Amino acid sequence: MPIIDMRNLTFTYTGAGKPSILGVDILVEPGEFVVLTGPSGCGKTTVCRCLNGLVPNFYSGEMTGNVKVTDLDVRKTSTMELAKYVGFVFQNPENQLFSLSAERDVAFGPENLGLPRDEIRRRVDWALQATGISNLRNMAPYELSGGQQQRAAIAAVLAMKPTLMVLDEPTSFLDPKSAQEILDVISRLNRELKITIFLVEHRLDAVSRYADRVIVMDKGRVVLDGKPFDVYGEQAWLIGVGVPKVTMLFRLLRKDGISLDSIPITVEDATKELRRKLTS
Amino acid sequence: MIEVENLCFTYPNGKDVLFNVDLKVQDGEFVAIMGENGAGKTTLVRHFNGLLKPTTGRILVDGNDTRKSSVASLARSVGLVFQNPDHQLFCETVKDEVAFSLKNFGYPEETVERRVRGILETLDLMSYIDSSPFMLSGGERKRVALASVLVWNPKHVVLDEPTIGQDYQQKDRLRNFILQLNTQGKTVIVVTHDVEFIAECKPRVIVLSTGRIVGDGPAVDILTDEQLVNKASLVRPQIAKLMSSLSDVGLPTNVIDLFTARSVLASKLERI
Amino acid sequence: MSMRIFDGFKFTKLPTPVHQMDPRAKFILVMSIFAVCLMFSNLLVLLIALLAQIPIIGLAKSLKRWSISMKGGTLLAILIFVMNFLTGSTLIYSLAMTVKFLALISCFSIFFMTTSPDDLGLALENIGIPFTLVFTFTTAVRLVPTMAVDAQTVIDAQRSRGLELEKGNFVKRIRNYIPILIPLIVSAIRRSIELAEALESRAFGASEKRESLVALKMKLSDYLTTIVAIAFLTLSVYVYLYIRLPSPEVTYRLPPIWPWSYA
Repeated sequence: MPIIDMRNLTFTYTGAGKPSILGVDILVEPGEFVVLTGPSGCGKTTVCRCLNGLVPNFYSGEMTGNVKVTDLDVRKTSTMELAKYVGFVFQNPENQLFSLSAERDVAFGPENLGLPRDEIRRRVDWALQATGISNLRNMAPYELSGGQQQRAAIAAVLAMKPTLMVLDEPTSFLDPKSAQEILDVISRLNRELKITIFLVEHRLDAVSRYADRVIVMDKGRVVLDGKPFDVYGEQAWLIGVGVPKVTMLFRLLRKDGISLDSIPITVEDATKELRRKLTS
Repeated sequence: MIEVENLCFTYPNGKDVLFNVDLKVQDGEFVAIMGENGAGKTTLVRHFNGLLKPTTGRILVDGNDTRKSSVASLARSVGLVFQNPDHQLFCETVKDEVAFSLKNFGYPEETVERRVRGILETLDLMSYIDSSPFMLSGGERKRVALASVLVWNPKHVVLDEPTIGQDYQQKDRLRNFILQLNTQGKTVIVVTHDVEFIAECKPRVIVLSTGRIVGDGPAVDILTDEQLVNKASLVRPQIAKLMSSLSDVGLPTNVIDLFTARSVLASKLERI
Repeated sequence: MSMRIFDGFKFTKLPTPVHQMDPRAKFILVMSIFAVCLMFSNLLVLLIALLAQIPIIGLAKSLKRWSISMKGGTLLAILIFVMNFLTGSTLIYSLAMTVKFLALISCFSIFFMTTSPDDLGLALENIGIPFTLVFTFTTAVRLVPTMAVDAQTVIDAQRSRGLELEKGNFVKRIRNYIPILIPLIVSAIRRSIELAEALESRAFGASEKRESLVALKMKLSDYLTTIVAIAFLTLSVYVYLYIRLPSPEVTYRLPPIWPWSYA
């Protein structure tokens, strides 16, 4: 049973002239690590919002087509209910941390679910540990760096034990090193805890090594969907997607007439391939 | 020229942010100020137009001591574009928004009209001239903010994190635009931690870490220095990592941008 | 009187016994001092009430900020003194009213400087106020410094475009605040929407009953403080009702200059 079952989904925000997403088909199986990318305004955020019910419950509008998440029909289920299965991490850490200590923030979700105190305590300790910030539990958000704040946000979502985690450009405000660290944390959650990841990201060079699949959207439609290797081609580049530089490099070299066996998506793969060619 | 002499800065709440910062930016230079979040980059550039005054040390902008000048007078030569355009948009139309600064500086009506149209043309915003800035998309709002600063033609332009939230194409356009500004003779200072973006335009790079300058030199030297880059919570550009891991088979380690890498590798591999 | 007076009410995290006191015990302590201040008009008692707070503030390592807010309040204090004196009260009485004012704001200052909005929220929940209301309150309090930073950024951004806030006549100065207010309001609205999205996504309101991770627990020291505070309050009531306090003999007052002042 797919964890995300989006079929022919079209959505127009109230008051908007045209649909933000058009005929979108997305199927995600449990345990997958999916990256969604595309130029600004392509509908990525709208797709994310459809996954936890913010569309159409918080953001009203006209929706046609179907979207089921963990077998629940998003149109008929409240965000509150979906929050038990779908965790959402937003771009700006500042506006998703409510408390004056990381610990209490992580407890917020379970508290809302009405869980008993000892269960909340267990989950909080576990989530803090899983994201590597147990030692920061008593710090206030303003005492934490951007990267630490996002970890706290992830922990806060994790404590609700979701089966699907949706992250909308979580590394936007982070410096490159913190961004890499957050992506490592997310990847670990996927591998070790088997949480399905649906991540919107521009930094494809950093995230490609973890992604099972990359979906590219443009002007409200899904245009590409497949393994990173298959997606990072001419079309992606023309759309304006930030294809990793090493991938672009190899495609350009191929155009120059150099014969290369494979097109890499990571620096490591590129190094291996070039070393082979240069020492043969 | 912007001269920073032994600048130390402490916020009124007691937080020490900058320590003994010394730097000179010549007219017409293109400089990137990079470093981790919280390193003090934004604090530093807010000294350039007098928003912040040094706790100790001094800053000279074209010979004027910032402690003795008003922000309005310094702003005429130093245009500071803030990271979040929503912190400045307030007018009913894009035209008014862009004209705001010219009116503050006392330009006559005809000049205002002419200049506003000029900059909107240049930044491809003419179609929005009568639109409300609040109705535009994020990328468009960023361009309006940029237009509203460039309209008074400041000699030095400072951009604070212009690439955050921008997609690949927008960054490409921005990069070309910055290079164009620089060709026109303007000093351009970009505050950013976007390594890949800087790798493609190769300016002088100044690295700030916990309030101190820890690196200052050409992008090619700074961004390939693994230790320095790590210290400032940055990463080396992909091309630099690639080249350095293949330096033992004869690849040069001073290449950080895509097209130089392409030509170097094309010539090396053609011979094979 | 500047914005600095508000510094005396801002919470900062410090590891002092006062900060760690259960907010309910703290509230009772502060309310006792407050009640004493309200009851008495005797200068000596009020001075004691004011000065007695100083060791508490010292224990909370907040003397510097407290003194800044005291300085910020001097204008109002002088106003109170003058208003009293000019309307025919004795010098001593006017002085007493001024001291009363300072003592009152001091005790609120102690409370807010040492109690985090989270703890305050827990205390309010404890006495039965519904969680949604409490949360609205604590979020609002928590957002004040964030919005202050936003306000400063907006001011900086507009000044960087040549806006001069200190120049111009009265009308122009008011108009100059429009470029500050509008981005600030828009920013606040955007922030609220983002917060609301995050709240929904964390199942806010999903369950009627709600247990919080941290429960307020009164320690022995809290019980002792409460007992002492209530005892002190009871003693004060007794003194107020039954004991005549010594008062300095100075009864200087202005000659009757107002039609309603008396001989």
